[in-house]
Amino acid sequence: MPQLLLELFSEEIPARMQANAARDLERMAREHLAAAGFLPEALKTFAGPRRLTLVVEGLPIAQADRKEELKGPRVGAPPQAMEGFLRKAGLTQDQLVERDGVYMAFIEKTGRPTPEIIAEMVEAIVRGFAWPKSMTWGTCKLRWVRPLKRILCVFDREIVPFSIEGIESSDISEGHRFMGDAQPFRVRDFDEYAKGLNDHFVVLDVEERKARILEGCKTLCFARNLELVEDLGLLEEVAGLAEWPTPVLGDMDPSFLDLPPEVIRTSMRTHQKYFAVKKQGEAGLAAHFITVANIQAADGGKVIAEGNAKVLSARLSDARFFWDEDCKPGAFEGWLDKLSGVTFHAKLGTMAQRVERIVALAGEIAPRVGADVGMAKEATRLAKADLASGMVSEFPELQGLMGRYYYRAQNGLAVVSPQGVSNEPKLGQGNAAEQAIIVADAIGHHYRPQGPSDAVPTAPLSVAVALADKLDTLVGFFAIDEKPTGSKDPYALRRSSLGVIRTILENGVRLPLRSAISAAVDAGMAAEQPVIAKLASLDDSQQSEARELLEHHGLDYMRALSRETGITSGINLHPSVFIYSSFSPGAFAKAFSDHRIFAKSYNLPDKQAELLAFFADRLKVLLKDQGKRHDLVDAVFALGDDDLVRIVARVEALDAFLKTDDGKNLLAGYKRASNILKAEEKKGWKAEGERGLLDDASAPEAALYDALRMVEPALAAALAKEDFTGAMQELAGLRGPVDAFLDGVFVNSEVAAERDNRLKTLAAVRDAMGQVADFSLVAG
Amino acid sequence: MSRPKPTSFQALILTLHNYWSEHGCAILQPHDIEVGAGTLHPATVLRALGPKPWNAAYVQPSRRPGDGRYGENPNRLQHYYQYQVILKPNPPNMQDLYLGSLEAIGLDLRLHDIRFVEDDWENPTVGAWGLGWEVWCDGMEVSQYTYFQQVGGLDVSPVAGELTYGLERLAMYVFGVDNVYDLPFNDPDSPLGAMTYGDVFLENERQHSEANFHGYDVAVLKGQFEDMERQVPLMLARDYQGKSLVLPAYDMVLKASHLFNLMNARGAIAVAERASYIGRIRDLCKMCASEWVKQQEAA
Repeated sequence: MPQLLLELFSEEIPARMQANAARDLERMAREHLAAAGFLPEALKTFAGPRRLTLVVEGLPIAQADRKEELKGPRVGAPPQAMEGFLRKAGLTQDQLVERDGVYMAFIEKTGRPTPEIIAEMVEAIVRGFAWPKSMTWGTCKLRWVRPLKRILCVFDREIVPFSIEGIESSDISEGHRFMGDAQPFRVRDFDEYAKGLNDHFVVLDVEERKARILEGCKTLCFARNLELVEDLGLLEEVAGLAEWPTPVLGDMDPSFLDLPPEVIRTSMRTHQKYFAVKKQGEAGLAAHFITVANIQAADGGKVIAEGNAKVLSARLSDARFFWDEDCKPGAFEGWLDKLSGVTFHAKLGTMAQRVERIVALAGEIAPRVGADVGMAKEATRLAKADLASGMVSEFPELQGLMGRYYYRAQNGLAVVSPQGVSNEPKLGQGNAAEQAIIVADAIGHHYRPQGPSDAVPTAPLSVAVALADKLDTLVGFFAIDEKPTGSKDPYALRRSSLGVIRTILENGVRLPLRSAISAAVDAGMAAEQPVIAKLASLDDSQQSEARELLEHHGLDYMRALSRETGITSGINLHPSVFIYSSFSPGAFAKAFSDHRIFAKSYNLPDKQAELLAFFADRLKVLLKDQGKRHDLVDAVFALGDDDLVRIVARVEALDAFLKTDDGKNLLAGYKRASNILKAEEKKGWKAEGERGLLDDASAPEAALYDALRMVEPALAAALAKEDFTGAMQELAGLRGPVDAFLDGVFVNSEVAAERDNRLKTLAAVRDAMGQVADFSLVAG
Repeated sequence: MSRPKPTSFQALILTLHNYWSEHGCAILQPHDIEVGAGTLHPATVLRALGPKPWNAAYVQPSRRPGDGRYGENPNRLQHYYQYQVILKPNPPNMQDLYLGSLEAIGLDLRLHDIRFVEDDWENPTVGAWGLGWEVWCDGMEVSQYTYFQQVGGLDVSPVAGELTYGLERLAMYVFGVDNVYDLPFNDPDSPLGAMTYGDVFLENERQHSEANFHGYDVAVLKGQFEDMERQVPLMLARDYQGKSLVLPAYDMVLKASHLFNLMNARGAIAVAERASYIGRIRDLCKMCASEWVKQQEAA
């Protein structure tokens, strides 16, 4: 059956957009063909630096003829209805057939030739393609990712004729810009196309380009006894930058190897898109790089290697400059000053303010995770400093990591040991060097975990800083109502909360969420307080002091607050300018005091509950991902506990218990008991007064009474020890008596005292079990 | 059209002039006001706007006061040259024309690795953006290639294609020189004596670096900035034969922009103030751009 080949040939498509473009092209083509009634045998798309290609196998030369039956108006319907129907069907009344009192129209639709449908499809695809960013060019009205140059479109070896905004369809493609004859060529089917591209030095399939790159890299490495540092993201990118990818090995000045390896790799990757290489079997980097050229040069890539080596040297010289500057004494204090000029978020102030908040918070958290308060405050104070360093300004992804290196450098610790030899001072001696190592790690690891596969921090000090950092983020963004909605989570709050949860759980930290949240809120409020107090203490003549104080918060913060407070007198608010004339610090202090972000927001009664519920949702997702039963998580959550470690221990014990016979039966007993109770409570019964053992109690009543007397204190003791497995075992002791009671005792006795006492007994069972979990939420 | 390959900085410029002249461009001279980038020349910013075709090429000195290194850094200058080409509407073969210019200056495209790497250009100071690429030669960015989509906050239609060559960097690469000051400025075999880039510009870099970082009086700069800021609306409000004085107004914007760069280099602008200064300049520029378009469309 005939084949369709479409190539949309353009100027260079950004590498990061190619994979999605191939997927979108495939989806759109499938939809259009399906809508036309075609079911192709095979459909495949390709994307590369200059082309999107679609090949469809097994299309008929025309649509099948179709018969359509249309139901018209009833016999005797008003004439307007008949006229409308005839117009729609394009028939006259004598062509209709009467069936069961209804006029029917039988229309024969001749299938249209496939090329017509293809032409429409291509036009719709080209005009409707959703590039992340598109543009116009020259005088053309079309939008494409970069100028669209040609459209090759052949069906069944014939050109499908059409024209879109002046671009005529053709059977012409082009190969590599520089290699081969660099002349356009004609093709009439996919085989000719694939051969033509190959002859003209273009690898069509991205997977083949990737394989070619890896293969080339490995060959180069093998010859020099090197090993490629694999980087899948980079591989994907460079495979989108070259039509004839050709790895070339270049030399790097070995003197750069004393820079941290992350710096070298990041510089290579971000700026130059080079692969790093290692010496076979060694940890550190080797003094070489691999660039992926788009050309197989006549000189074997000598000129290319030399040129790239020169560029890399310049790049690494820049990195070396940053490194040397950043390592100078006093650098941290200089960066801390700069943080007051960095806006964290318009409503949440500057990065300097944020640091103030997390320092206070880390001080609160430290003792609860076994970290030293002083060290926690110091590490937190410095944790964000590297954001203002030269290196992190250049490579934001090195945040934290550079802070750790710089702190170590400032404290005379080894920074880079290319041979992998560690000369760390011995731990456990409590000396200054040891403290410096711990603080440096806390600075370096406080962003962890950065994703589900990233490890959580484990050293107590790192845990304290990491928790403070994330809790402040969460509390802050909830305060200003920037919660994640649906798929939108611009501040990665889900990741932050999951980070808090994992850090707590994996380290077994006992930090109940309510107290953690309120500590973060307190830190936020405390940071707001001094500014207000200071402002209030100024008089109207102290303009510059007031101004300096306000700017500590950042202009964006002031603008946001001014908008909210309506206080603009004395301040000239222009969309892009914030100019002061004279204003009253006192009036500002008052306005700020009334509109403090943290205080104002967290005075709302449900704000903390909202954040707590957000945590609960994340925990449920995490536990479900770990295979825990959804209903058990709910059953434990319903107790209102906010200690994550305890919650998980309960869920685990409950899960194990319900897998035993005792567990299953007790659950069934619970359900029966609570149904009875529910029915009676609806009628107004309430457990009041003491439960006792009536004189003429039956044996099952007496047995359950005794069992409860034994179980209740034992249960309480187990729960007090947080021995949930033990608590479940105690509950197991109720199983027999509960079953016997439910089977042998008529609860709703006509004797009021009996009925009341029996209900109380059941309520006692429910209450006892309810201390472990809300069994009413357990399925089964 | 085959000429001998250039062997000096000035020959490189002459080669580009010849090349773009032969391809129909008007060869202009630099604008006589300090600018931070060749794009800011009115021949680009203003001429990109409006319906009329415009094809021009020129060299423009770029002033980046903060990049001064007292002549001690082999790659960084506070005053350097950009070669600027603007083609409106961009011709369909603009990429080929560009590659032809690289060949003209002596790059063998079968020996070097030329790549078009995504780079979405924007200049917030003039409210402009476009899509295009950095052009890499053996891993080094040798040009910026942009299809202007907006300038001064206004749509560019027809679309203008812009090429910017960093001349010193390109020359260093073509001539295999590692230090900008060693570039041959005139013919190395000149009977009147060879001159290097350093002979011409080293002292200039030294003195201007000192002036940029320490010399200028901040209060004076600030006053001048505000003077320029005031001049713009005055020029735009002034009627001359039924039109406002948009060209002089735009010159005032350029001066304000350079004064801002000088204040910035002097460290006189707090981080928090930066954005608002840029916003002020952008607003002035937008006023000029929309006024210019109005005049172009009326003409």
